[in-house]
Amino acid sequence: MGGQATRRGRLRPYVLAVPAVVVCAGILYPFFVGVGYTLFNFSDVNPQPSFVGLQNFADILGSGTFWHSAWVTSLYTIMATGIETVLGVGIALLLYRSTLVGRLLERVLIVPLMVAPIIAAIMWKLFLLPEIGWVRPIVATFGWQGYSGTDSPFWAFTWSVVVDVWLYTPFVAVIALAGLRSLPGSPFEAAAVDGAGWWFTFRRLTLPMLWPYILLAVIFRSMDCLKMFDIIYGLTTGGPGDATTTVQISAYLEAITYARYSRGMTFMIVLWAAVFAISFVLVRYLSKVQRRAAEV
Amino acid sequence: MQATGVGLGAVAGVPLLDGCGFGGQQDKGGSEADELSGSFDWKQYDGKTIKLLLNKHPYTDALKQHKAAFEKKTGITIQIDEFPEQNYFDKVTLELKSRQGNYDAFMLGAYMVWQYGPPGYLEDLGPWMENSAATHGGFDRDDFYPNLLDAGKWNFKNGSALGGGKSQWMLPWGFETNTVCYRKDVFDKLKVEPAATFDDLIELASTVAKKAPGAGFDGMYGISVRGTKEWATIHPGFMTMYARMGLKDFEVDGGELVAKVNTPEAVEFTDKWAKMVRDSGPKGWTSYTWYTASSDLGAGKAAMLFDADIAAYFQNEDTPAAGKLAWHPGPKGPDGSLATNMWIWSLAMNSSSKNKGPAWWFLQWATSKEHLLWAGTKAQHIDAVRKSVAESGGYRKRLSAATDFIDTFDQVIDQTKIQFTPQKNFFDATTSWAGALQQIYGGADAKSTLDKLAGSLDERVNA
Repeated sequence: MGGQATRRGRLRPYVLAVPAVVVCAGILYPFFVGVGYTLFNFSDVNPQPSFVGLQNFADILGSGTFWHSAWVTSLYTIMATGIETVLGVGIALLLYRSTLVGRLLERVLIVPLMVAPIIAAIMWKLFLLPEIGWVRPIVATFGWQGYSGTDSPFWAFTWSVVVDVWLYTPFVAVIALAGLRSLPGSPFEAAAVDGAGWWFTFRRLTLPMLWPYILLAVIFRSMDCLKMFDIIYGLTTGGPGDATTTVQISAYLEAITYARYSRGMTFMIVLWAAVFAISFVLVRYLSKVQRRAAEV
Repeated sequence: MQATGVGLGAVAGVPLLDGCGFGGQQDKGGSEADELSGSFDWKQYDGKTIKLLLNKHPYTDALKQHKAAFEKKTGITIQIDEFPEQNYFDKVTLELKSRQGNYDAFMLGAYMVWQYGPPGYLEDLGPWMENSAATHGGFDRDDFYPNLLDAGKWNFKNGSALGGGKSQWMLPWGFETNTVCYRKDVFDKLKVEPAATFDDLIELASTVAKKAPGAGFDGMYGISVRGTKEWATIHPGFMTMYARMGLKDFEVDGGELVAKVNTPEAVEFTDKWAKMVRDSGPKGWTSYTWYTASSDLGAGKAAMLFDADIAAYFQNEDTPAAGKLAWHPGPKGPDGSLATNMWIWSLAMNSSSKNKGPAWWFLQWATSKEHLLWAGTKAQHIDAVRKSVAESGGYRKRLSAATDFIDTFDQVIDQTKIQFTPQKNFFDATTSWAGALQQIYGGADAKSTLDKLAGSLDERVNA
């Protein structure tokens, strides 16, 4: 009897872990199937796949297409995340001292967050179309007569970043606002008593203490930007030419449009490795920043 | 050791891929059509239900209006799932790859046969058509325009011509020739005529763009064509004019495809096309799909549209341009060629369908004289794929309301066919081609851009 109870007690942790193991397996299975694809030459042109080892990785890493799309992805991530962070923190600072207008703006602020990225892309695409959109008449009033929507590489990229900024700046602002509201009041009261100015207080108190929140937003946004597909594809289809072709779009074209599944999945796995490495570094930095902020 | 690793990888990997529904061709041998014998009976599958995956299109609208006739005639119930064209083919692609057979039949074009055919996603309709127990006596395959029927036959060898072999991978349902549709009132007022040559077209588009706004057509530009980075930008007006100039996308040399998009003549043509669009086309051209390009004509923003004849036809009702449109074959090539590229909206059967019999009953009815004549005269199902319908009095009377539509159709139909070289990497080639066209439109040097494209295409399409 006692032996049975002991055995049951020993088994209990394993039994309780079963649901977690099942969930983990459910999460990891598709991932490993994806990794499996990368080791074959699987495509509609070649429907009977054969094992090719790391050949797909060698092909992709040796291709100009990959490095161009990696460059576009990096630039997009840096631009969008950077602008969203500055604007988001700025908006949070403006809204922090809540007036009636401020509280109203807080509610308006989150409206873009309720829009699906692909819907935002299509919506903006219509706005930007020179023949029917409303952007052209507005910029024309400022004297810009040569406006041509997303026709040029520069403007296709710029407008893609603008849509990302429109959609996700509120996300950064909401996190920064939550951070501001959670800061302890006493250091600021002490600074006020000492006659510290706004800039000094912001630089020496607000920013260091807010930094973990900002960094959290940066981590989320940069990971999202590295994986961005909907906005850019919806707005520019990766063009003109290959001006806005990110790694995600290259993967989509390979896997869905060109039906070369192994190559598409290889693009994705390389992107996953990059996102994982960058996130790992950022999360470790976040821990350091959190410790430092606690000391302020 | 390495060989062992490769072997183990292959053994372990193929079931992994198969297990995920992405396996290779499953040749079950024979056709279910061979199991049918006796005489044909429309009621053979009474009580069955089939599921269709269809593009949102006037052809689909016509089917929805008329499907009760099929259901009454056969006792088969039709369920339709409809998707807009922007994501329709993604849906079809993923559905076919799953091999779940959730849909029994679907719409596609000839280019999709080049992608869906080799992996075995399509049911060969040949055995069904050959079996008199499976096909009704009035089916009359010779009534289809031969080029349309041939476009559904291919032996899956890169560069091999369409129409070979007995396999029939799709049945034509509706199609499009590519012609120029123009605003007759604008042309009359400006005292200009449709262009006879490509250079004339460039000149004409420029003249209209310059003069139309001052002649009371505020904001009107010269010519509308598609411009997004996808196959659909290359295939209508661009490929039609390209073919009329005697140019080829690929040539076959020793069993390999060799890209011909960078010959001096092709470079000159592409450069001129891009310049024509830049000077006389819409701003924001790189976002232009068939919808935006044709709706600009209907909205009175464009004076000409070089695209599908039916895209313009649908703009001739309930738009500011309604009743003011006229059709023209477009410029001839230097040798008088009216070679025209076409798009065929066809119907095909999913090889994984579990209802192949009822699905075939539907396919033959949907492409029958009975339905197509009804749809062509009572709904917006044009161009007719059957000669008997295209030549019928009711159909021609209806289309005669559109100025010169029938005359234009009659002029180009004999030279209308798929002008691309059939090959399995069609979507890669044409998407890249559209990307190169966008770059040239943006100011990139045509020769170096097309040289680069040709080099990469040679490598990719023969892989």
